[in-house]
This record gives sequence, structure tokens and C-alpha cells, in this order.
Amino acid sequence: MSDNNLQEYVTILIADQLFGIPVLEVHDVLRGLSLTKIPLAPAEVAGALNLRGRIVTAINVRKRLGLPELESEEKGMSIVVEHHGEPYSLMIDNVGEVLGLNLDDLQPTPVTLNTCWKEVSGGVYRLEDKLLVVLQIERLLDFAGSSNIAA
Amino acid sequence: MDDLLSEFLTETNENIGIVDASLVVLEQDPSDESQIDNIFRLVHTIKGTCGFLGLPRLEAVAHAGENVLGKIRDKELTVTADVVTIILEAMDVIKDILATIEETEGEPAGNDADLIARLNDVAFGTADAAPSKVEPISENIDAGSATEDELEAAFLAAEGPDEEVRPGEVSLEELEAAFLAAEGPDDVSAAPVVTNEEATAVEETKSPTERTAKESSISNQSIRVNVQMLENLMTMVSELVLTRNQLLQMVRGMDDNEFTVPLQRLSHVTTELQEGLMKTRMQPIGNAWSKLPRIVRDLSHELGKKIDLVMHGAETELDRQVLEMIKDPLTHMVRNSADHGLEIPTDRTATGKLETGKIVLDAYHEGGHIIIKITDDGRGLNSEKIKKKVLESGLASEAELEGMSTQQIQNFIMRPGFSTAEKITNVSGRGVGMDVVRSNIEKIGGTIALTSEEGKGSTFTIKIPLTLAIVSALIVECCGERFAVPQTSVVELVRASADSSSDNTIEMINDSPVLRLRDHLLPLVHLNDILRLETAADEVADQSEVKGAEEFIVVIQVGSFVFGIIVDRVFDTEEIVVKPIAPILKNLSIFSGNTILGDGSVIMILDPNGIAAMSGDAVVGSGHTEKVETNQGAKGDEKIALLVFRAGGQDPKAVPLSLVARLEEIEVAAIEKANGKMVVQYRGQLMPLTMIDDDVKIVESGRQPVLVFSDQDRTMGLIVDEIVDIVEDHLNIEMTSDKDGYIGSAVVRDKATDIVDVGFCLQKCFGKWFGDTDTRPFGADGQKQKILLVDDSPFFRNMLVPLLKTAGYEVSTAENGVDALKMRDHGKSFDIIISDIEMPEMDGFQFAEEVMGDERWKDTPIVALSSHTTQRDFDRGRDVGFSDYVAKFDRDSLMSVLSQTLRISGSAK
Repeated sequence: MSDNNLQEYVTILIADQLFGIPVLEVHDVLRGLSLTKIPLAPAEVAGALNLRGRIVTAINVRKRLGLPELESEEKGMSIVVEHHGEPYSLMIDNVGEVLGLNLDDLQPTPVTLNTCWKEVSGGVYRLEDKLLVVLQIERLLDFAGSSNIAA
Repeated sequence: MDDLLSEFLTETNENIGIVDASLVVLEQDPSDESQIDNIFRLVHTIKGTCGFLGLPRLEAVAHAGENVLGKIRDKELTVTADVVTIILEAMDVIKDILATIEETEGEPAGNDADLIARLNDVAFGTADAAPSKVEPISENIDAGSATEDELEAAFLAAEGPDEEVRPGEVSLEELEAAFLAAEGPDDVSAAPVVTNEEATAVEETKSPTERTAKESSISNQSIRVNVQMLENLMTMVSELVLTRNQLLQMVRGMDDNEFTVPLQRLSHVTTELQEGLMKTRMQPIGNAWSKLPRIVRDLSHELGKKIDLVMHGAETELDRQVLEMIKDPLTHMVRNSADHGLEIPTDRTATGKLETGKIVLDAYHEGGHIIIKITDDGRGLNSEKIKKKVLESGLASEAELEGMSTQQIQNFIMRPGFSTAEKITNVSGRGVGMDVVRSNIEKIGGTIALTSEEGKGSTFTIKIPLTLAIVSALIVECCGERFAVPQTSVVELVRASADSSSDNTIEMINDSPVLRLRDHLLPLVHLNDILRLETAADEVADQSEVKGAEEFIVVIQVGSFVFGIIVDRVFDTEEIVVKPIAPILKNLSIFSGNTILGDGSVIMILDPNGIAAMSGDAVVGSGHTEKVETNQGAKGDEKIALLVFRAGGQDPKAVPLSLVARLEEIEVAAIEKANGKMVVQYRGQLMPLTMIDDDVKIVESGRQPVLVFSDQDRTMGLIVDEIVDIVEDHLNIEMTSDKDGYIGSAVVRDKATDIVDVGFCLQKCFGKWFGDTDTRPFGADGQKQKILLVDDSPFFRNMLVPLLKTAGYEVSTAENGVDALKMRDHGKSFDIIISDIEMPEMDGFQFAEEVMGDERWKDTPIVALSSHTTQRDFDRGRDVGFSDYVAKFDRDSLMSVLSQTLRISGSAK
């Protein structure tokens, strides 16, 4: 029965922090596509790109999490997720592996976390050597309100 | 064949196919309630539509069938093979009748009383109906196998077409043909079962082919395809086009490549595929009109009017999406025409018109647009009523209305909250009127115009783009980023420079760039400012020093607001497919969408409306966006451009823009004193500076804005505090001023504004200008000489009036000879008349003859003022009685002629 509680995550790395996104939500992994900037867009929106004929909105996850910019943008990777039928490309530092984790082991988000981290975190797994923060895509993309406050 | 009927045939044939299949399923599993519900609903629909179309035989059969099905649904009747058989029989009869209708467009003669009686027997149990010999199918069939059965049954019922056509194999031609005939999306939603399962739909429509096996069968010429599927196909084709383009680019470099020929073929096919798919989106406008005859019929009963609705060009095609959006506005306008436009029969006959009023709908293609005209031969718009209403609602003042043309007054009906219907009727007059129509049409990039003649009728002309999906867009670059501007709103492109080396120079009014474009002053916006890309721009400028050397201006028209967008570069135009932007960016009104260009990159599409809204703030500075209309239509006949500025105090002051030669900012340090007056070295000359009154403060250091007036070789500068704006408005001087330097006060953009007397300023600077004894007005001792100035050009009147006033005359104006003669009839008299020669209605020669031919003004000297100054003109002028003849722009000789003429006539008295 433990299989029912098994959730597979794609692990991603942002500023040396390990994050996980449920594997079924990941549509694509990209590297080095040219971005078109969108003036006047929220700071978290890095631009738009063409993914096989679809226009994908790129989200700068570092900005979203209040982290400094990655020094050289070339090195970054992107993970394409879909939200309400719209594709979004999450710009991250690196993609790791796929981990199968038991939902029973998911710990609640520590209340002391930074607000914008708390918003997007769906809980924390204690891996042997690291902590893995589960990213909630829906919350991650809902930055209209938070960006206003920041501004 | 009638569109409605053919739609009905297609739909009913499909529905019957489904009913057939479902009945078989139901027979096998009578407990399946969803099936019976579905069948009942479909048969009910068939019955309902028959009734609507007036097909009584079909209706009767369907009705009887429905009765039986109703009983089954209400569990009053058990499903048995007999019951199913008789319903199927009813369906077969319906099919036969449909087939006949398809051929003859009418129901066949005949009687189904027998069948109906049997159906009723089953329904109401008069015979030994509901035999219970058929056992219900055993309960323990599990869900899985039931669906399998169903599927199989469905396939059997579909009577397998010989050539099994899978959706993928439907040829483009078929698809095309299908979609030309296909119904609008509302019909699609009306039959969700069909659209949700394309595969079934395709099969179902195929089955009638088998049945009738006739050529030209209408019901199999169209299939229904989910719109979503078409959209997906569209995306795929776009992708194909991109790939094709990439391949072509790769091959272009190499000559005589083995790929060249097949690539060309691929390219051709792709283009055709793309065009074909585009066509599937097109629908005849008749679809949007189909409901109108009924509406008009009902209206004519309700209103007691006789109305004849004529429709031309119903086959004109346009994009489905556009069609949807104009449906309601069109309906609304036809209602309006019927309600407000047409009179009741007795009124019509009284005015000598035919009793039956006519509403004509016209549609045709013109360029990339479709033009729809709605014409009625009714009473037309009553300008007086509109005026009254305008005054009541405070949309304009009486004075403003006075100066408006009939056309402008009529256009008030497009303003929000405006309805001329005196009573609120069921039909119209609820205050949601033409403004909603207008905004709806403008939303899809269309325009609406109105012409109306009182007593004769009105015509509304709507111009809308053919499709929203594909637009031609101009690609521009700003700060290294590319953007697309929809071509439909681009009026022209202008190359300009920031220095004065070229013809087109960008000038600044208080940091707002403007451009003189022919006879207009065009407000400009920097795209980088609007998009807040200036940091990047500054970097570029620093690097290359090119900023300002040469710039491109895209002249945009939004409604009646014309403005220019300054961009760095202009590329080509491209046909683009507009895709909506991501929901999280929806609040960016500046973009109307985005798209993928031929080279595969994403590009944002600028929304001219959004830019206009934003630039309104940027240009005007105080939220008067709506009113900064350049109003191309009126071409300044009624309105004149005024330059609004502040000088001494907060009250705005204005001067006709046409009198201003340039706007400059001068370094305060450069102001020198000469002969006790302020002067500045300007373009190699000394330019005297003056101030309107002494309250104007010159800043201690930095730059001071100056209005430059020039006349031949003389220039002067008027020092002001701040240049506020350029507005087009009516110049109605409501209060004359006794203060020096002001002509009076007028309402300019809802604010009381002092109109500056340029003549006074000129005089102040060049005291001698009008000071010569020769040009002094005769009899200048206290009593002013009265001049009548007759000229049709408001510009000219505006220019001359202050000058003449400055010279000490009392000036009245008339627009043309007719108006002037009216003044004579009112008993006014003048000392001298200055008249233009070229005028509408009555030219100067005629006018002079009229004046000379009547006792009252016979002795008043007339001076002709014209740009035609040949000897022949002079001679003709003198023949008809002009005392003198002056070239139009020769101010000094005008002054001396006036003075001399007056002296002569004065001494003659």
C-alpha cells in the first residue's frame, strides 16, 4: 500500500537549495532558448519564448523567491509546467534527478521561512544529506499580489 | 436552398443517426437512463425545429414519437423490442420526409395517421401495449462490458460506410467545403454530444450518404468539427510554416541544391494548407443576419409599421470571431432603424413616401476590410432634438453647438447615455445605445460612420477587419527589442531627425515631442518611454551617439486621435497570427497579444489603443486624453488649434497655433538689452522679446520657453512661463477684454482661457509697424471705424481679426457673402468691407455686385482680398465695384489700403 503514497519529484537546484516539482507536472526541460523581453511585465516575468509553436511565458524563479540573479544567464535551465492550460517556463539553475518520496514523510513548511518562500512551499522532505522544498506551481505563479506589495 | 433549412437538414440527419444508434443500445440495456434522456432530448429538438420551420407532417410524427419516449423516460412504459421498433419506424419516416425536403424543399404530401395512431397506442396504452414478455436484461452486467456493447452497437447502427473515412483523411477540400457551410459556434454548443466526439460526428454524417446514395446531398456536404480542433490544426500549420521558413533559409545560401525542388513543392503545399485552413474560419455574414427578418417582422407588428428588410451581400465572408462580435451590434442597429428611423405608415404617406419603410443591409469587401451599411429611408436624425438632448445632458454648451456642423451634431448619438427616443419603449431607448455599438465595433478594430438627412433617412457604415486571427503587422525596433504594430492603425511612416537638417524635425514642447506634419501638429511619444526601456536606450545612445540623429515615427490613428510613436528602426510588414498573452500578463493593456515570427522568435504585439491611453497621460499630462482629438474628419473647419500656455499667473492663456512660427527655449543668459528692450540673437538676427504682462517672471538661470511669431523678415518672441498643451477647440470669444494684450476669454477645453492678442505683442515690439501716419486708421480720434471681414477660412479670420483690432478697428466677421448680406438685412452698417474672393455659396464678385446693387450698403467701400492677384483679377474686381484689391498675405499694404480707402470715402461724405 505504500506505493499509493509514493510521489515522484523532479529535483531542481536554485541557489544551492534543492526543490522538488511533482514529476507529472513537468512537461519539458529546456536549455538556452532565446527570450523575448516583455516590457512593463512584473519583474518575475523574464519574457516569452517559442516552444514548438507555443508561446511560453518564462518566470524568473530566483526573482520570485527574492534571490539574487544568476551570474551568467547562459548556464540556467528551464522547466516547463502548465497552469490553467497555459505553459510557463520556470528558469532555474539546474535540474537534478527524479526522486520517489513517500508523502507520509512530508513535513510542514517551517513557519519561520521568508514570506515568499512560505507562499510557494508545499512542505519539506528531509533527505539524507539535504532538505528538499516542494514547490507549489500554482502559488509560484500567483505573484500578482505579492509583487505589488514588494513594489 | 434556404440556409436555415439546409442547416436543419444537416442537424436533423445527424440527430436521427444518433437516435438510431442510441435506441439500439437502449433496447439492450433498458435501465440506461442517460440514453433515454438523450434520445428524448434529440427527438424533442427535431419536433421543435419542425414546428419553427413550418413542417407539420414532420412535426406530427416527431411529436407522436416523443410521446412514446416521454412515457419511457417517466418509467410508465418498459422498453421492449416492439416499442423500439415502432420508434425506429417513426425515425425512418422522418428520414424519408427529410430526403424529400432536401430534393423539393417542401414536405411530401401524404399521411402518417396510421403510424401516429400506432405510436399513440403504445404511448397511451389503448392497445395491448407494454408487453412484459421481454425480460429486462439481467442486472449483473458490469459497467465495462456494457460500454463495449454500446460501442459496438453504435458502430453497427452507423451502418459502416464503404470507404471508412477517418478524420485524418478528410481532404482539405472537403474540410473547406464543410466549413463554408458549417454553422456558427452557437449551433455547435447546441448539440454538445456531436461536437464532443468528432469521430462519432464524422461517422454519423457519413451514414446518410449510404442511405440516400445521391449526389448533391446537402446533409453530407458539411461535417462539424470542434473549433478547438481547428485551432490546434492552425497551431500545427503555423509550426509547419516556421519549419519551412527555416529550411528555406538554410537552402538559400547554396545554389543548385538537390533539396531545392522538393522544398519548393513543400513550400507551395504549406502555403496552400495554411490558406485553406484560414478559410475554414471564414463564414458568410448572412449567418449574423439570419435572425434579423424575424426580429424585423416582430418589430413591425409591435410598432405598427410596415417594414421591408432588404439584404445584399449575405455571402460576404468574414472571420467567425469577428462575426460573433458584430452580431449584437448589428441587431441593435437594425432595431434602432426600425424603431427610431422609420415612421409609422400614416406619417410616411403624409410626407409622400411609400407606406412601407425600407431597411437595407449591405455587405461587401473593400481592401482588407468588410463594409457593412445599414440604410433606412425613415425620418433621419433630427438635429434640433439632438441639440436639445445634448444641452440637457450637458455634453456641450449652446455656443459649442452653434459652431458645429450637422454631421458633428448627429455624431452625438454615439456618445454614452444618449438616446433620442422620447419614450422608453420595449424596443429601444434604454440609454444603452449607439455608444455600446460603437465601442463594440472599435474593440475589434473597426470604425462606424453615420450620415443622415432629415426626412430622407440615415446610413450607418461599419468598417471592420476581415479577421482578427491574422493581421498584417509592422515590425519596429526600439532599444534592441522588436515589436509588432497592427497595420490597420498605422496611417503613415515619417522619418525625422532631432536637428533641423531635414524637413521633418522633432520639436519639444515642455519635454513633450511634437512634429509638424503638413497642416497638423502631431503629438509624439517615445516607445522606449512608454515601455520604460529608457535605461537600455541611454546605454545605446551613449555607445553609438546616434540617438537623435534620425528617428522613425509611426503615425497611428486610434478612433479620431492621431499620434506618432518614435521608434529606432522600422522593418518589414509581416502577416502574423495573433495569440493571446498569458493570463498573468493580462493587465498589460499595452499589448494586444503576441506571436511567433517567421524566424521563430516571439514578438509582442502593441495595442494602439493601450498606447493612446498611456500616451494620453504622457502627452497631455493631465488626463484630458479623450479631448486631444486632432479630429481629422472635421479638418479644422470648425475647430482651430490653440497653443495653451501659462504666462503670469496660473490662468491658462492661448493663442491660435497657426500664428506661432516656432516654439523655442532660450538660455536666459543669452537675453540682452538693446534700446531698453529685451532682445536675443536668433538665427543671425536680433529678435525682440516681450511679455504679455509684467507678472511674467524670467527664471534666473536656465532656459525660458518662448513663442516665436514671425512675419516675413521680422520675428519676435513672447516670453511665457510654461507651454501647457496644444488643443483643438472652438474659438468662441465669449467675453471681450478691455485689457491690453488680450482679445478676450474663451472656453478652451472646459477652462476659461485668455486669448492673447498677437497683434498687440507685435505692436509692442515693433511700435513703428502700425505706427506710420499712412496706415493710421482714419478718424482715429476716439470713434472706431467698423470693418466687416468676409472670409470663409477660419484661420484667416483668426489671423486678421486681432491685427485689425490692434490697428484700431472694430471688426465683425462673416463666413461668406450670404451671411454678410444677412447682416445687412439686420440693419447693420460698416465703414468698410474686406471680402475674400473664393468662398462657397457666393463668391466675392457676386457679393460685391449684391452690395453695389442695393441702396443700403451702396456707399460702403469694399476691398477685395485674394491670393489671385493678376491684372485680370484686378480689372474684374474693379468692374464689379471693389474699391481696391489686395493680395492676401500682404499685411502692410492691406493696412495702408484700408486707411486710404477710408480717408477717401470719409472725405467724400
